Amino acid sequence: MMKVTVKLFATLRHNRFKVAEHEYSAAPTILAVAEELAIPREELALTMVNGILVSVEHVLQDGDTLSIFPPVGGG
Amino acid sequence: MGSVLGKVLRVNLTTGAIYTEELSAKLSKEFIGGRGLGGKMLADEIPVGIDSLSAENKLFFVTGPLTGTTAPTGGRYMVVTKSPLNDVIASSNSGGFWGAELKFAGYDLLAVEGKAAEPVYISIKDELVEIKPAGHLWGKNTNETTDMLLKEFGDTKARVANIGTAGEQLSRIACIINDRWRAAGRSGVGAVMGAKNLKAIVVRGSNKVEVADPEKFKEHVKDAMAKIKENGVTGQGLPAYGTAVLVNIINEAGIFPTNNFQYGVFPNAEEISGEAVAEKYMKKKDPCFRCPIACGRYCEIDGVGGGGPEYETVWAFGSDCGISDLKAVIKANNACNEVGVDTISAGATIAAAMELYQRGFVKDADLNGGPALQWGNGEAIVEWVLRMADKEGFGAKLAMGSARLAAAYGAPELSMTVKKLELPAYDPRGLMGHGLQYATANRGGCHVRGYMISPEILGVPEALDRFSIEGKAEWVKIFQDLTAAIDSSGLCLFTSFALGAQEYADLLTTATGVNYSADDVLASGERCFNVERLFNFAEGYTAADDTLPKRFLEDPMPAGPSKGHLHRLKELLPKYYEIRGWDAEGVPSDKRKKALGL
Repeated sequence: MMKVTVKLFATLRHNRFKVAEHEYSAAPTILAVAEELAIPREELALTMVNGILVSVEHVLQDGDTLSIFPPVGGG
Repeated sequence: MGSVLGKVLRVNLTTGAIYTEELSAKLSKEFIGGRGLGGKMLADEIPVGIDSLSAENKLFFVTGPLTGTTAPTGGRYMVVTKSPLNDVIASSNSGGFWGAELKFAGYDLLAVEGKAAEPVYISIKDELVEIKPAGHLWGKNTNETTDMLLKEFGDTKARVANIGTAGEQLSRIACIINDRWRAAGRSGVGAVMGAKNLKAIVVRGSNKVEVADPEKFKEHVKDAMAKIKENGVTGQGLPAYGTAVLVNIINEAGIFPTNNFQYGVFPNAEEISGEAVAEKYMKKKDPCFRCPIACGRYCEIDGVGGGGPEYETVWAFGSDCGISDLKAVIKANNACNEVGVDTISAGATIAAAMELYQRGFVKDADLNGGPALQWGNGEAIVEWVLRMADKEGFGAKLAMGSARLAAAYGAPELSMTVKKLELPAYDPRGLMGHGLQYATANRGGCHVRGYMISPEILGVPEALDRFSIEGKAEWVKIFQDLTAAIDSSGLCLFTSFALGAQEYADLLTTATGVNYSADDVLASGERCFNVERLFNFAEGYTAADDTLPKRFLEDPMPAGPSKGHLHRLKELLPKYYEIRGWDAEGVPSDKRKKALGL
């Protein structure tokens, strides 16, 4: 089994969680994790693994921290 | 008639002369308005080397061709003057409603010259322009001044721009506040008002801003509006959580400056995040004139309401000072707006003071009985902001900004500034493009002169590897030039998440009746950028000033997702100079100047 820390932000937290540990038997893509959490594809505006911007097809590794943001921005 | 009114209002506070003159159509076309036009006029009109706080300095309040029109976010104006913080061309942008009202009164820009013998304010009611005594307002803070002036003016729909007590005391980080909490924040522009004994400018206009081709303009407004609504950032992200939603994003990337940029991860970021602001204190959205984005927030704390806090403010008084007490951060924000100091510079200067205290340069005996400057002391940030309006003591030292403070205590390297302007809320060690932008921005360390966070963090318009230097010089140039053009148009920079040069060109063409192509828009931005560069170099700046604090060039980020990285400025600058058409010393070449018509 492999462990991934999943962090959700802004509106994605509604009816979900802020942070949770997830276990997987095989390395999932970010898309697969999002599907499991019922997060629509268009809500995956920013996906970071260990603080680095990656695409939604990125395959997660044991011990990774995945941060998912909906469309956000500013300055 | 187009949306450029062709009218400059000049008020000389030394002589009391008030008159209007025609705005040059050539300058208007080449520099658009706002930042570009104001910068060109300042460079042409003030002698090199003058004291920014003398009567010789001028203060321009400049709208753009789209200010006061129905174009989305068309409420912006720019304050342009020689900066008392660092002697460069200062151009501080503000929203709210004041800029549009100046246009409704019939003026593209107001030029304030000279210096009044006693405190005064300027009252503008269409053609009726008066200089009035302001002795009764001197010593009052911004909300009280606004209340008193609205009563005196006899029209609550008038708009007030004014300085607080910090501007009166010539704080070099003083801002100009309009519409109670909208700020022309950076570069100490409030001190120039203070030095001129000018407390406020009240304006009320009764005219509508016409456009040259109403039908086509309407179509382009509709198109721009649709693009802003459809875009994830401007249509969803900013409206939902405002700018402070960035706290968690930037912290997750390990570039959220903490304890005066000693670290890039703040363990308590969640407590000061946009999500926390929305959950605990936000009462309503507070949009500017004709803005479909409505990123502005209005928060209430202990029964006192106020605008903000913005992302930059939450950072400056939050993680940069090691503070996770959101209530204290919001109180410090309100205090800044009341006394009239820039929230970025004020928070960052207190953060520098905290590091000076940590390392023993500043001692308890220096603090005149004020709160100790330990990291995380929420009481300290509120109290020290209020004391920035003091005439003497440590508060008065803070009011001079971080560079002067750190130098006064013999540790200039602890000031996180570029060209004396306090850096904003992104550590450049994890952002090669954004760091280059800090080093080369004409007003000093600034994030809104070429917001490389957009491609390097938000993936807009496309995602770039933030640690890579490849292609970054080119990206920075285009971002800086387009930003200068937007800053000249009268629209908000945030529209650029959704709009490009062509959309701005279409809006400008149909509003003004003067033909702008997308290339013309970018060329105007580049012209503006070079005028600013030449002004700064005439004031004694050189390529050696295109740099970053030593910490970012020599001390690798200690921990977190950006661990081990330094900023690679030296590798980026030669390429940047080359594509700008500047020589190896960073001076614009004759060839490029000629191409730009300078």
